[in-house]
Amino acid sequence: MMNFQYSRATTVADAVRQIAADPTAKFIAGGTNLIDLMKEDVERPSRLIDISRLPLKTIEETADGRLRIGALVPNSDAAYHPMVAERYPMLASAILAGASAQLRNMASVGGNLLQRTRCYYFYDPVTPCNKREPGSGCSAISGLNRMHAILGASESCIATHPSDMCVALAALNASVHVAGSTGERVVAFSDFHRLPGQTPERDTGLHRDEIVTAVELPTEGFAQNYTYLKIRDRLSYAFALVSVAAALELDGDTIRQARLALGGVAHKPWRDKAAEAALAGRTADRAAFAHAAELILRDARGFAHNTFKIDLARRAIIRALSQAARGTPQSQSSKKIR
Amino acid sequence: MARARATQPIARAIPAPAKIAVSLTVNGVERRLTVAPWTTLLDALREHLDLIGTKKGCDHGQCGACTVLVEGRRINSCLALAVMQDGANVTTIEGLATGKALHPLQQAFIDHDAFQCGYCTPGQICSAAGLIAEGKARTPEEIRELMSGNICRCGAYPNIVAAIRQAMARS
Repeated sequence: MMNFQYSRATTVADAVRQIAADPTAKFIAGGTNLIDLMKEDVERPSRLIDISRLPLKTIEETADGRLRIGALVPNSDAAYHPMVAERYPMLASAILAGASAQLRNMASVGGNLLQRTRCYYFYDPVTPCNKREPGSGCSAISGLNRMHAILGASESCIATHPSDMCVALAALNASVHVAGSTGERVVAFSDFHRLPGQTPERDTGLHRDEIVTAVELPTEGFAQNYTYLKIRDRLSYAFALVSVAAALELDGDTIRQARLALGGVAHKPWRDKAAEAALAGRTADRAAFAHAAELILRDARGFAHNTFKIDLARRAIIRALSQAARGTPQSQSSKKIR
Repeated sequence: MARARATQPIARAIPAPAKIAVSLTVNGVERRLTVAPWTTLLDALREHLDLIGTKKGCDHGQCGACTVLVEGRRINSCLALAVMQDGANVTTIEGLATGKALHPLQQAFIDHDAFQCGYCTPGQICSAAGLIAEGKARTPEEIRELMSGNICRCGAYPNIVAAIRQAMARS
């Protein structure tokens, strides 16, 4: 790890002041991704501003019935919180599908949003990578790309966002509360992460002097008909090849409203309004699910080693929507896919 | 050029930071130490406090050998900075036994032959102590899932699960 200075932030305003004053400083909370990246010499901050003691650790219901999760709530506390488990079980399931128990105890909700891709080339400072070193090229496009994007990629970058939690947050229409030098703002979850385009070094639209303070969930939690289905190379503690957050509001066999988000396939959790709209009003059956899968994957494009993910995603979407419709969500401890 | 970057001299000079005083309560004993900001909790335990029971495996949060309990919760000490843990209660493998009486998990690992080389064992046992305290695992399937952050390359997993079930039943 490179030499760096260390300071603590005493308030959110102090954190913002400190980060604005030092253009090469970074915030640290759980540190599970940042410390690792610093050990790999990928991240080289001049200063770490410790925000782990800021009072952003509560989960509370707002006056209008939404649920506000503080940015410093550990992932495990979010997953096991009674209100999350009861009202937003898809979010709890997605969180528990990611990382390990130890990492979930350390990692913060805000940090989960801001974790970097696990593209092998991003992690390897001796190879070109536009995300790590803008303008140096993308090693993955013509290299090993089994884990890489099939949707929304660019000629500059085919990395995927690694989070499970964010896939559920996208499907639930969560919002992200941030504070910065110019004040506070609320960002819709689907606008928080961005596609790589020509500037893959930017994962999100968060400004450099901004801090995530909370994630807020709308009242509708789809607690009856949902699933989070994650497909990966080993049964636990691995990043997704493809994951699906699927939620349905049903009236008998008829779909009133559908939510569908994919993980492991793009630079951000992937949602497609056309695919969701096509499900509304239809009978919840395999034909409808297959049609939605065709729609959400209509622009999918594979590379040398990941073309299999297109078909894998199609099958996972159909399976996930079937699980959601039946009210039999995927268990994160039993690995049988039903 | 990216390829040149790794061997480039560091362009910006960062003044050497002052070492920072940290107070940790480790296995019930208050310990004061002075560390550089980049010292991990793992290195603080092993190199500064001479508590070498906690093992360094991958040093990247992937293997679980460095698992310790902070405020009773299991974490990967290789990804935690010691300065950020100032004031914390830390329990390591050295703190689990009571005098000469082994912790139920330590005895269960012996009873079930739950290790071969033993390198992952301190992390496995601290992780299992965290797991039991969390109270989320009841079935063998749930134990396996919630212990997946601890890798055993000797492959003693069935015996580890059996040992944890024994300790869980007696806790």
